[in-house]
Amino acid sequence: MSLSRERRNRRVALWFLLPNLIGFLLFTLWPVIAALGLSFMSWDLLTPPQWVGWDNFVQLLGFHRDTGGWVANDPLFWQYLGNTFFMMLSLPINMAGSLGLAMLLNRKLPGIYLYRLVFFFPSILAGVAIFYLWRWIFNADYGLLNNLLGALGIDGPDWLGSVAWAKPALMLMGSWMTVGGTSMILYLAALQNVPVELHEAAQVDGANAWQRFRVVTWPSIMPVTFFIFTMGLIYGLQGGFDSAFIMTGGGPNGSTTTIGFYIYQKAYLRFEMGYASAVAWVLFVLVLGLTLINRRRGGAAYLS
Amino acid sequence: MIPSRSRFAALLLHVPLLMVGATMLVPLAFMFVTALAAPGEAMQASESLTDMLVPQSWHWDNFAEVWRIIPFGRYYLNSLLVALAVTLGQTVTSACAAYAFARLQWGGRDTVFMLYLATMMVPAAVTMIPNFVAMKMLPEILTQLAPWIDWMSSRVLGTTVDDPAVGRLVGLDSYFALIVPMMFSAYGTFLLRQFFLSIPRELDEAAEIDGCGHWAIFARIILPLSLPGLATLAIFTFLGVWGSFLWPLVVTNQSALNTLPIGLLSFQGQYGTEWSLMMAAALLTLVPIVVIFLVGQRFFVAGLTVGAVKG
Repeated sequence: MSLSRERRNRRVALWFLLPNLIGFLLFTLWPVIAALGLSFMSWDLLTPPQWVGWDNFVQLLGFHRDTGGWVANDPLFWQYLGNTFFMMLSLPINMAGSLGLAMLLNRKLPGIYLYRLVFFFPSILAGVAIFYLWRWIFNADYGLLNNLLGALGIDGPDWLGSVAWAKPALMLMGSWMTVGGTSMILYLAALQNVPVELHEAAQVDGANAWQRFRVVTWPSIMPVTFFIFTMGLIYGLQGGFDSAFIMTGGGPNGSTTTIGFYIYQKAYLRFEMGYASAVAWVLFVLVLGLTLINRRRGGAAYLS
Repeated sequence: MIPSRSRFAALLLHVPLLMVGATMLVPLAFMFVTALAAPGEAMQASESLTDMLVPQSWHWDNFAEVWRIIPFGRYYLNSLLVALAVTLGQTVTSACAAYAFARLQWGGRDTVFMLYLATMMVPAAVTMIPNFVAMKMLPEILTQLAPWIDWMSSRVLGTTVDDPAVGRLVGLDSYFALIVPMMFSAYGTFLLRQFFLSIPRELDEAAEIDGCGHWAIFARIILPLSLPGLATLAIFTFLGVWGSFLWPLVVTNQSALNTLPIGLLSFQGQYGTEWSLMMAAALLTLVPIVVIFLVGQRFFVAGLTVGAVKG
């Protein structure tokens, strides 16, 4: 009885799963394996692929002795990895901003609902159109930002055209687009789950606002903070292509090229499919490492 | 009775709220004003800030001009077609798979689900390259492995599988490449599973006693009860596909297949310095997003916090 039911269930489940499973196998699982295979090959799409063993990875991650000492085989990779991590510095700043906004919104005020919509608005618009808007805002000669700074008596820099300012410019734009987005909503939901009684008890005990935040609020939103931080790291590692492609083309001097952008360059501009796959797999391993740390720290509870 | 001191403090909160709100809206207002400026006027250094944020003139015809100088209508239709097809595909396939994961007991279920979850961590860059190669080779593979497909398509559609002049059926520069690889989502499956799990199991059991099979339970109980979840997934998918840039950039070359984000790019090539027309075009691409935002905003919170906060 129960065995035939189990068997029937399995058959029904297969039918329900099938459409998704086929797509999943064809467009996700198989490509992951294929990319690993490609990363051991040299292939320009025109001539037949050649097995090169670990060559791509040696070229990518290796160092060789030079007159001055050890030099990276692929200095660009390390520069772009550095760029990627540098731009991820905005993550804690944005998170603090999101938490601040969520705390502002976690009050009963007339019109608070409207504020919530307005803050969330930029994150929903984010995309190519908004990148063009910010390119116009960052324009050195007539852009809005330098006009604003000019009104304050500050001579604004050539935001997107200078090595020093291109990264901060992209980070500033990123903050505008994300600070009121997903993280703020997650924080808002978490804040609303903090038991009011705890706050009241702390208040009775004479705790001031800062002490209440530190002792009551902060510990209860800690899991969400950890979740947002890990997700931000994972997406940050992969990101940076669309914005840099539109805003700077990865320049000046590669200062805004991220790992994701490098993979695009290698694969679709230089047609080095094997090398690009190797870079992609190195990125995958980095993401995987972060995910495993996340699971070890108990963040998995937030994923399933 | 609220003490006047706390009422004043509450009023004071509006100051930072208004400041943040202004920061969010000023760039968008600037976009709007620039889109209305006379072509050429936007490039002049403004005398003052008010000049930049208050329209000097109202050139509504900029919006019409955009449709004249590039095939904007075509891009719009492409974007709509791709986004709607992917949204429909993802919602249907994810809902079915989520039912198998949330409501059916079968051996190996949790292992398969863990595999699904694990692939959510795969960077898009990893799968993109093999998918691109597959798209490039697909017409050739199809014509060699299954010549009858070619024969059928030339009979029925009047074009071979691989005819770039008419628009390919499969492979690079085809709607197939823009739509099909995007139609399956581990994330969508995960999201809907969370929604399905919240529906009481007694409903299934009652329906089963009444003689309902699994398809009936799925179609008549689970789906109607998870409309908010389905709407959430549909909205997020539509927005994601509407804004997607890298994959369409990689798999399409000809203008006839461009979606809006790629269309804006070709715009910049020819009229890169014409900021008022560029902003008008950019604004037009945002219209569906704003509509969806206003209609669907009550779903955003539910969709963003499911799984993440409730656990």
